[in-house]
Amino acid sequence: MPVITYRDALRSAMAEEMERDDRVVLLGEDIGVYGGTHLVTNGLIDQFGPRRVIDTPIAENGFTGAAIGMAMAGMRPIVEMMTWNFSFQAADQIIQNAAKLRYFSGGQVSVPLVIRGPNGGGVQLSAQHTHSLEGFYGHFPGLKVVSPSTPEDVKGMMLAAIRDPDPVIFLEAGALYGTKGEVPEGDYTVEFGKARVAREGADVTLIGYGRQAPVLLRIAEKLAADGIDAEVVDLRSIRPFDSDTIVESVRKTHRAVVVQEQWRWFSVASEVAAIIQERAFDELDAPVVRVSGAEVPAPYARNLEIAAFPSEQQIIDAARRVLYLEV
Amino acid sequence: MATTQSQGKRRRAASTPAKNGSKGSPNSKTEPRLGSDALVSLYQKMVEIRLFEDAAQRGFRQGKVGGYMHVYSGQEAVATGFLDTFREPDYAITAYRDHAHVLLLGSDPKAVMAELYGKGTGLVQGKGGSMHLFDVSNGFYGGYGIVGGHIPLGVGMAFAQAYQKTGGITQLYLGDGAIHNGAFHEAANLSGLWGRDGLNPCLFILENNQYGMGTSVERATANTDLGKKFESYAIEHTKVDGMDLEAVLKVAHDAADRVRETGKPFAVEALTYRIMPHGAADFLEKYRTKEEVRKWRERDPIGLLEKRLEDEGVEESTIADIRTAAKAKMDEAVKFAEESPEPDIAELLTDVYTDDAPVQAAG
Ligand SMILES: Cc1ncc(C[n+]2csc(CCOP(=O)(O)OP(=O)(O)O)c2C)c(N)n1
Ligand SMILES: [Mg+2]
Repeated sequence: MPVITYRDALRSAMAEEMERDDRVVLLGEDIGVYGGTHLVTNGLIDQFGPRRVIDTPIAENGFTGAAIGMAMAGMRPIVEMMTWNFSFQAADQIIQNAAKLRYFSGGQVSVPLVIRGPNGGGVQLSAQHTHSLEGFYGHFPGLKVVSPSTPEDVKGMMLAAIRDPDPVIFLEAGALYGTKGEVPEGDYTVEFGKARVAREGADVTLIGYGRQAPVLLRIAEKLAADGIDAEVVDLRSIRPFDSDTIVESVRKTHRAVVVQEQWRWFSVASEVAAIIQERAFDELDAPVVRVSGAEVPAPYARNLEIAAFPSEQQIIDAARRVLYLEV
Repeated sequence: MATTQSQGKRRRAASTPAKNGSKGSPNSKTEPRLGSDALVSLYQKMVEIRLFEDAAQRGFRQGKVGGYMHVYSGQEAVATGFLDTFREPDYAITAYRDHAHVLLLGSDPKAVMAELYGKGTGLVQGKGGSMHLFDVSNGFYGGYGIVGGHIPLGVGMAFAQAYQKTGGITQLYLGDGAIHNGAFHEAANLSGLWGRDGLNPCLFILENNQYGMGTSVERATANTDLGKKFESYAIEHTKVDGMDLEAVLKVAHDAADRVRETGKPFAVEALTYRIMPHGAADFLEKYRTKEEVRKWRERDPIGLLEKRLEDEGVEESTIADIRTAAKAKMDEAVKFAEESPEPDIAELLTDVYTDDAPVQAAG
């Protein structure tokens, strides 16, 4: 299998589907002539022209809404949020229209739309440019929300997203754009609502997604050096959610640590912990532990920012704590 | 409309009366129908939508219609005139004051009334109510409750029509209050921009009924010439007396032809007045005087048209017959709504996704 970057995997998914289906168009700020702020769409305007790779003015509400209208009228638009931080300006369109149109039209309208862009922090962008919005968008019925972490998944899930008849919030791990991995040749999709067991283990389940998934794999190796055999589950899909894989894993390990960059309150990890206690209460040998970001707007200074996100040590300590080992 | 249909289920109302406007090749012009026969048939439509609204308001006062409800009474000439130009595969989209538009496009008043009554036989199976009427099979794409929120959708739909070369245009209705919302300005800018390349056959119809709830145009903007707002985005515009059906017809046909031919947006400000409260729960009307309402009632578009028909020599009995028939039709709609069953409770969990398998019940 060829080895390519997360960014190239994303681009090839979009380009291949644009070749196959002329209903697919891209909209966003500086995605064409400029090449895309994160170069995800670089070169596509040369391949498909400005009619299909549409540079928009800085008007998130307007162009997201227009893309919803295009989807309602039979097209398959993909909107780039330069970063998800700007999506609050489009939140009315996403939540009030895209998520609900099918329902309040009594099933007469569908919105086959993908909104994609980098999510999460870690590069000193500070308060207004650092958000992890999985829990926020995951809250709304009618939306599908995914957060892939490998080149293979990001391509297969993008192809699934474009072909999905419903609106998909595609949260890319911005920090992983340059990371490489094997990607199958030819057309394939990765189904939503299926978590991926990234590493099998017997002692404790580490659960995460997006940028945290590779971090958890690294931590699992460190734990292995101390004789702890950790299983790592990459959620991949936030809504729909794969409870079964989580519950199965906990049945095996009897212990779980859920890791996320987003704030703890009302978050994905809270939901995962609730699901585990509802469905595997008797299997648990320790309370589920959530490791989350600090409850503060993201700071700027490097040391403060590092302290605002879960550290490897905190995750290792959490894993040891649920095993009742010294930390 | 095969190439432009969304993937959603499409349900046709039980009986679908003939659509307004003529059908023809996308490039043929539609002439306004100004002869007395044509005016009589449009008069009939206006009376029907007025009597529908009267019945809806009775239903609301009796507690049979819930939620928010906004009637179109006083503004009938606007949608009646513009939708006279409507033909497949055009689209229409508006805000929450949507009963008249969907009826004019051919939805069965029974299904519309049943929707207001929250019944399973309603136009959207009791899932949307008054503010979210949809009839995609007739080109009507809603029905939206967030002021300004539907405007970007209409611009996107118009883009899709041009991109897919369907020959259709989008009639995008908005209020004088909505024009101050950011969504309008972002969408209008896109419309002008995309229209420059022939990619936005969008006909903006500004229903200036002079108030957004209780806030008059003067109290909402220092630039009260609302058509001018479109100039910032290089969208040409004109005005029309929205109480005078014949005037609306002329302007509407010209405007629709022009949008269809050029693929560029165009805007018409129709000056009108709602003779009823803003919503069915607007009891006090402190923001305007009884005298003002009385004066505008003298220009009631239905009354004005009746006078025109009299001048044209239309028999009084013809008018009386239309009223009687319309009354009977609306009585029937109310009866149907009252007798219809509530939605099946299982419907609660459908239509969230195309595949509803993951949807969880309450509890
Ligand atoms: C974003 C938003 N803010 C406020 C409201 C409450 N609201 C409903 S109708 C309305 C007035 C809108 O006026 P206009 O656009 O002139 O339409 P009209 O009711 O006159 O037809 C307001 C403020 C809303 N529905 N949405
Ligand atoms: Mg108004």
